[in-house]
Order: sequence, then C-alpha cells, then structure tokens
Amino acid sequence: MAQHSRKGAQFQAVTANRLTDGIVVYLTAANEWSVSLQDADVAEGKEAAEALLARGQKFYVPDTLVVDIYLFEVEKTDSGIRASSVREIIRQAGPTVRTDLGKQAEIDGVHA
Amino acid sequence: MYRYDQFDQQLVDERVTEFSGQVARRLSGELAEDDFKPLRLMNGVYLQLHSYMLRIAIPYGTLSSRQVRKLAEIERVYDKGYGHFTTRQNLQLHWPALKDVPAILRELASVEMHCIQTSGNCIRNTTSDHHAGAVPGELEDPRVICEIIRQWSTFHPEFSYLPRKFKIAVSATEHDRAAIRIHDIGVQVVTNAAGEIGYEVWVGGGLGRTPIIGKKVGDFVPREDLLAFLESILRVYNMFGRRDNSYKARIKILVHEIGVEDMRRQVEAEFAEVKARGALQLPDDEVARIQKYFAAPAWENLSDDVPEIDAAVAKDKGFGEWMRNNVSTHKMPGYSIVNVSLKPIGLTPGDCSADQMDVLADIADKYAFSEIRVAHEQNLCLAHVRKRDLYEVYQALNASELATPNIGLITDQIACPGLDYCNLANARSIVIAQRLSERFSDIEFQKKIGRLHVNMSGCINACGHHHVGHIGILGVDKKGVEYYQVTLGGAADETAAVGDIVGPAFTEGEIIDAIDTIVETYLGLRQDGEIFIDTYRRVGVQPFKDKLYATH
Repeated sequence: MAQHSRKGAQFQAVTANRLTDGIVVYLTAANEWSVSLQDADVAEGKEAAEALLARGQKFYVPDTLVVDIYLFEVEKTDSGIRASSVREIIRQAGPTVRTDLGKQAEIDGVHA
Repeated sequence: MYRYDQFDQQLVDERVTEFSGQVARRLSGELAEDDFKPLRLMNGVYLQLHSYMLRIAIPYGTLSSRQVRKLAEIERVYDKGYGHFTTRQNLQLHWPALKDVPAILRELASVEMHCIQTSGNCIRNTTSDHHAGAVPGELEDPRVICEIIRQWSTFHPEFSYLPRKFKIAVSATEHDRAAIRIHDIGVQVVTNAAGEIGYEVWVGGGLGRTPIIGKKVGDFVPREDLLAFLESILRVYNMFGRRDNSYKARIKILVHEIGVEDMRRQVEAEFAEVKARGALQLPDDEVARIQKYFAAPAWENLSDDVPEIDAAVAKDKGFGEWMRNNVSTHKMPGYSIVNVSLKPIGLTPGDCSADQMDVLADIADKYAFSEIRVAHEQNLCLAHVRKRDLYEVYQALNASELATPNIGLITDQIACPGLDYCNLANARSIVIAQRLSERFSDIEFQKKIGRLHVNMSGCINACGHHHVGHIGILGVDKKGVEYYQVTLGGAADETAAVGDIVGPAFTEGEIIDAIDTIVETYLGLRQDGEIFIDTYRRVGVQPFKDKLYATH
C-alpha cells in the first residue's frame, strides 16, 4: 500500500486510479468514485481515516473499478477541499507544465 | 535499417494476442491486479499519476518515417497528441487508457514495433550512438551488434527474471555518445593490432541511488564470441546478484562488492564453459546478413563545397546559429548530420507532438533516406542529409519549432518527466528545465558559456541522468515540499564521472539563481579554450561552494 499521507494528519481522503483508463478518482460519501476531489468524503482523525480507507477497499471488490487505493492528506478551505502535498495537487489537477491537459482543463474549480 | 523476418513478426503478433487476452480478463475481473501488474509491466504499461503510461521500444533509437507517422497517428487517436522521448531512446505515451492498449499494440506491430521488455527485470532496449553509420572515425555501425543483442535477448528464457533490470549500450567511436560507462554492460567497438574488429566490454555502470562508473572486464572480445561473453556476464549476475534487496540488486552492486578482478575471473570461467559448448558462436554469414540491413544508403558523389549554403549562412543569422550548433560532420563529403533539438526555449525537453512527428517523417522522406534517430539526450537526428539541402531542411524544421540552435548548450537539458507525470518522482523536473531554459535563452550568452550539459531528475532513480550532467539537479521531497540538490563535474562520455554534491539543497525559488551563480563562477574562472567541465576539473568544487553558500 502506497504511503502518501502524514502521521498526525487531521483531514484525509481516499483516492485511487480508475482501472479502465487510469484516471484519478476519489471516494465519495455515497461510496462512489468521483473524478473531482470536491466530491470526496473527508475523514477527520486517524480512526475515521482508517474506516474511510476500509470503505474504499470494500468497493475495490469486485476488483474491476479502481486500483492503487490509498489515503492522503487534505485541507478544508473556504473554497473547497485542497490536497496538501505537491504530488496530490498535481494528481488532482494535471501536469503543471501542461495546464491544457488533465482535470484542470476539464473540471471547473479543481484548483480549489 | 533492420526489417522483421517472419519469426520477429510472429513473436510480436503472438504477444499482442496474449496480452489482449490478459487485458480482457483484467477488465472483466477474472484477473486480480496483483496477478495482472507483472503482466502489464512486461508489456510496457505502467500506472502513473494521472493515467497509465505506455513505453514503446525504439531499438537503438532508429525509426523509419513510416514508424514515425504511425506513432503520430497513435498519439492522436489514443493519446493526447504528443509523446515523450526518453534517455533510453524510447518513446513514452503519458495518457493511454488500459482498454485501448491492445489496439495500440496491434497498430505498433503493423510497423514492426512493440513494448516488450521496456519494463521488468529483463534485458531492456539496447541503446547506441544516434550518429551511427554517419560519423567519421566509426569502426563499424554499432547497430549491427545492437540488433544481434536484441535478437539474443528478446524473450531469453534464462534472463527473463534477473535480480533487476539490465541495460546494454554500444559505441563504435572513440567519443562516446551512447554513455556506455553508465550502463550495466557497455560495449565499445575496437580493433586489435591485426586490424580485426572486436569489443571492449565494461560492466557494472549505473546511476540511481548508487551511481557507479562501469569497469572494464573484457579488453578484446572477438566478434564471434561477443554473445557468449555477454551471456557469461549475465550468468554470473543471475547467480550472484542480490535478490533480497532491490536497492542492491543491480549488477553494479555485485561488481562493487566482489571487486572487478573477481568479476573478471568469474566471467572468464563462465565464458570458457559457454565457449566450449560453442552454441553461442556468432556465424559470419549471420553477421553478414544483419550487416546488410545497415548498409550505407545510396550516397551520391558530392563536393563538400556548397557555396549556396555559405551564402545562406551569411544572409540568415538563425540558419548560421543552427549550422554552428545543430549540424555535425558526416563521414561522406557533401553530407551532414542534422541534430533536431527537442528543447525549444521554455517547453518540455523530449516532448514531440504528433504534428511535429508528421513533419519530421516528411522531411526524412524528402531529405534523409526516410530515417530518424533518437538521441539519449532526448533529441532527434537526421543522419544523412545532403549539405546542399541544409537550408531547406532548416526552414522546414524551423516552421515546426524543431530548429532551436542549442545542441550541447545549457538549454539543451535532459529532464525526466518528474512529478508532473511520474508515480515515483519526489519533485518536478520539467518546470525547472523550462525556467532554466528561459533564464539562459539568449543565444549569444549560451555561446559564451559553451558546451554545458545540465541533467535533471525528479527522484533518486535518475532517469534524467543527473549524476553525469556537468551540472546535475536532483529533485527531493522535504515534508511535501520540493527541494533541488546540485551536483557538479559529472560526465557521461568516455571521460565518464559521477558529479560531486555541492552542498545543501535549494528551494524551487532558489535553484535557478543557484545555477546562474555556478555559471557566473565558471565564467570568472575559466581559462582560454575551456568548457565548463574543464574548468571544474581544474579548480574543483570549492570555488562553487564558496559562491553558492556565501549568498545564502
């Protein structure tokens, strides 16, 4: 399991890549996988995060939806949910050197 | 260039069918990810940050115009209209969908291409000199032996599960453009006193977290014995290479741990056995058959004096700069080697759009015997262009942003995809390359600086060859923030050296000024005729350290 969060992180969300095309997705409160971080379910604290990850892994079954599921740290801001690390900001938005590509070019407000 | 025979084509077609079935079973859920992952990796399919990535093998960096057009078509239909040429002379697509990969592989197979052995712990694509067959002083076309190695190593049952990946490079001139000393095996074509062709063999070079320059284990391996000798090295590695720790699994660690003398002894003992069986002796007629594929094109008898080109140089400053920096001497009078820069100022090193590929294919058909080469520095090359066509070729390239006159200069940087694309990266590399390129965009200043190789990697795995850049930049992660560590004095050629770490890493905001300080320090210290690496070797790291950290 990839480790992309920080010990002691307050808020975390669960992400994965869609199996068919590798597109980045986030686990929602409705147990669906959304392409937008703004739809992600955010867990507060260690226990809630572990429960969220377990939920994500449950929806890994039947193993045809997503791959590489893990927790990562987020911040809640006035304008929405924001990934904390450069890596996750780039996954969320697309390459910083090709802003015409990736979610930043396809979804409004992805850079919240 | 080499054309598939029926066995090659059958092999590739069968693999496409096999992998198509595996993808279908994965998508239906019949195959679990843990079972599928090693299979997709064997077919060059990685999972990166935003999507899958497909690594397409380009054997020894040689492409036909037909193949380049097919790559352009694939980029348009299945990807986002561009590809990225790598330091292993391969092409990476950043956005393919897994469900489309079987169709892409079928398209590739239709032009004798594939993604086999572009990942996994096997023998990878053998790389070589992009000036092969064109450059003066070459002993033989190195691609002949590369092709023989390709055939021997493809699906080699004994070497499909090595302790780690294994990379071979071949050079046939004294000046090494293939970076052979930083490969698991480097092969240097040489001649003996009798004038016979043979091979000097270097082993245990590599970058990554433990950068080591290769050691010589064979002084003159006769042509007929080369495969037997390579097989012997692989056998010693397969037996004694570490499988308990992936960080210590490359052959460089084995050579380092047992020492080059012991390595030599073991290889020679194994070689005696392999040779005694005789099965791997290269038959002359088979070598001759492969050589025919790399026979020189139908060169014309031309004069080296082309007054109309001299006149164009005098008239068109941009053409003059391009002639000076991007055009190399060809072994035939009246011909030149054209180096095509994939480093336009401020853009991504190594990226090439589908439209640019089509333009290149057209130019290659019209002016360069339909052949295009990939250089490990992430540039392209037209190996045989008539001098009298150079101005037309320049204009055609220039119209598609393919004539930036910066080959070998500070803006001709190597950069891996870094954290903008790569799952392993700790920091971005492309954006640093772009800012550096913009800072040093003035061609007069670049010329004043002279030849200077800046290489950067977004993580310690060193796909951007940072250890062997004259200036190397390594991206590191410190608590989720990008920092950049600088090395100085590396070299990838026949004087190969691993650079020295200059000191503590710089922030993203500081790194470009730090490179500027290094360049200014060099300009202040250099003596007549020196390029950066000469000055560095004369004065060492201290003056650079003093300047860099005095201001911090």
